[in-house]
Amino acid sequence: MNETGYGIFAARMLPKDEPFVQGHRACQGCIPALMLRQITKAIGRDLIVCSATGCMEIISSPYPFNAWGVPWIHVAFENAAAVASGVEEGIEVLRRKGRFYTGRKPAVLALGGDGGTMDIGLQALSGALERGTDFVYVCYDNEAYMNTGIQRSSGTPMGASTSTSPAGRVSTGQVTWKKNLAEIGVAHNIPYVATACPSYPFDLMAKVKKAVEVKGPALLHVFAPCPTGWRCDANSGIKLGRLAVESGLFPLFEVVDGQHKISLDPATMRKSSQDPIGEIAGYLFQQGRFRHLKGRDELIQAIQERVRLEWQKLKAKTER
Amino acid sequence: MKNRIEVGKPVGIEVSIAQSEVVAQCDVDVIAAYPITPQTHIVEHLAEIVADGDLDAAFIPVESEHSAMSACVGSSAVGARTFTATCSQGLALMHEILYIASGLRLPIVMSCVNRALSAPINIWGDQSDIMAERDTGWVQIFTENGQEVVDQTICAFRIAEDRRVMLPVIVNLDGFSMSHVIEPIRFYDTKQVRGFVGVYQPPLRLDPAQPMMFGPVGIPEIYTEAKKANDVALIESRQVIEEVWAAFAREFGNAYRALETYRTDDAEYLLLTVGGMSETASVAIDALREQGVKVGQVKLRLWRPFPHDDLAALLGKARGVFVFDRCLSTAGPGGPVASEVKTSLYNLRERPLVVGFIGGLGGRDVTVQQFADMVHKGIGYVAAGAAPVYEMVGVRE
Ligand SMILES: Cc1ncc(C[n+]2csc(CCOP(=O)(O)OP(=O)(O)O)c2C)c(N)n1
Ligand code: SF4
Ligand SMILES: [Mg+2]
Repeated sequence: MNETGYGIFAARMLPKDEPFVQGHRACQGCIPALMLRQITKAIGRDLIVCSATGCMEIISSPYPFNAWGVPWIHVAFENAAAVASGVEEGIEVLRRKGRFYTGRKPAVLALGGDGGTMDIGLQALSGALERGTDFVYVCYDNEAYMNTGIQRSSGTPMGASTSTSPAGRVSTGQVTWKKNLAEIGVAHNIPYVATACPSYPFDLMAKVKKAVEVKGPALLHVFAPCPTGWRCDANSGIKLGRLAVESGLFPLFEVVDGQHKISLDPATMRKSSQDPIGEIAGYLFQQGRFRHLKGRDELIQAIQERVRLEWQKLKAKTER
Repeated sequence: MKNRIEVGKPVGIEVSIAQSEVVAQCDVDVIAAYPITPQTHIVEHLAEIVADGDLDAAFIPVESEHSAMSACVGSSAVGARTFTATCSQGLALMHEILYIASGLRLPIVMSCVNRALSAPINIWGDQSDIMAERDTGWVQIFTENGQEVVDQTICAFRIAEDRRVMLPVIVNLDGFSMSHVIEPIRFYDTKQVRGFVGVYQPPLRLDPAQPMMFGPVGIPEIYTEAKKANDVALIESRQVIEEVWAAFAREFGNAYRALETYRTDDAEYLLLTVGGMSETASVAIDALREQGVKVGQVKLRLWRPFPHDDLAALLGKARGVFVFDRCLSTAGPGGPVASEVKTSLYNLRERPLVVGFIGGLGGRDVTVQQFADMVHKGIGYVAAGAAPVYEMVGVRE
């Protein structure tokens, strides 16, 4: 068993195969790239990947180099889910007609960043989820448009300074709350929705596996620190992921056929406090994007309050 | 393989329905489409054919045209024969992905039921929609009646999927005045149609057994070469298009050419038209010939690859060429067809005066008399040795 109670993966049992290989051009300490390694390990090579424009597309495919050991297609920024629909339905027909893909049906994975998913690609995602496309959609959320230079997205957290929500003399950075992607997925009544973070690799891989096995659409919202965009040390991504989960900022949970289940309760990881939600300041101030919040206690308090509220809402759903 | 429709002799049928019947005859695997007037009847009827089990295909009811073309790219990339239809705002919304479909060399076939672009919103026919997509790298064919729509749709699959081409193809037809009209159309035996188009054998596809990438980053060191390859492929598709048309004529009887001519022998003046209004223009040509005017008609069927040399050879000797465009290139150098025709002729030592007329916008009718007036006016400009950059027909000022 591992930290979340799934016995499927253990360190020494991890597949040695690396369908997403080294040599790609991600920055040092890039957690989205690590996530790709974990995901492809979990699924294996019977896989077709449909990538949206964004960091993970750019860093893995500068022709003639290719980091993917599995078939991969990139079409545009906002349409990975729609492309995956075509891929999946095409395969289904060709199998039925006995033309191609007559063995095991390959898994179809669509991949988008927070921008490519929550902003410009939300419509295509909603369409594919609603139509029941049998695929896994993974949103790797590095909380901004990193590929184009750290602009804000609807996944950027309150208070973060980005190049289009800069902190300034009269601004505290991002002024909106992060979009709740998982609940948008849940609202589509799809069979599987989960949040994950590469800081918890076994949990993530188990969820990926479940998402693939489920018939119909599955949505994974993955919290993926980006040292370059978050202005933190290159070796701090894993730690930040843990802090975000432990402080309740990014709760890990799954929703199977509409049933919410918390994967990791922050309270069980904290030794002292009665409060299930930890202090978030420790998380925020390891990152340059929140540096300007020092001394802005009211805003930090509001963020803390919001985290508590969201956690309670989530908790309530699991108790239904 | 039973026939859903009577074959061998003309039957009265709405052109949209006829096109969807023939798409089904071509045994498409995937249809991803989003409704927009006047394209709706085509996709509705295809949905019915699939719902009745007469065509084993996936009908993907996407949530937008952008996603329609994106899904088409996905299904074509796994080796599925793929069809979609759209027009106007829908085509404009697809714009981004049209370049990608051709850049990835995916043989998608699309019907474009030509309609005006907003604003003001207008659901009726003109060619503004397709003209905005002329540089997207697709083979683009125009038709002038329902039989041509059926025939060119069959040809489109074979052209697109030819290993030497591997490019997407658009078949254009006029919104309403063709799409919604009942015409006598001769269908062919389904087995014969399937034999003609063959079974699609993709040279490359997304396959875990042989992984490869579609759509990597094209750095400056490779982008120009990639574009050049696309350009060469589209230019060289001309050869295959001619071969397919010739094969079609042998198999089914109807012959097609990149430029169709009407009463051009000894013509000093030529009226050049594109699409369904060509038939009205032909009636005007007849009337003018009766009056002794030495005028003939050239109908442009193949818009991409653009038949430069054929145009130069055919139009070069005329005294005046009068080009009718159903699209306004706002404050530009003339209608898109007129400016391209001028380009084809410019480097000739002797060339005709080219006069551009623009009309038939947003479903405005153009009468036989108006076509005759254009010719008379054009002849006047030739006599004067000068013409305005372009002129709008039938407009209240
Ligand atoms: C239609 C369109 N608009 C804008 C862009 C420019 N663009 C490319 S990637 C990107 C940001 C991607 O952000 P995200 O999806 O969060 O992925 P990340 O780069 O952070 O991994 C933008 C704005 C584009 N390629 N296409
Ligand atoms: S900018 Fe961030 S997400 Fe993009 S490659 Fe670098 S570390 Fe990874
Ligand atoms: Mg991002």
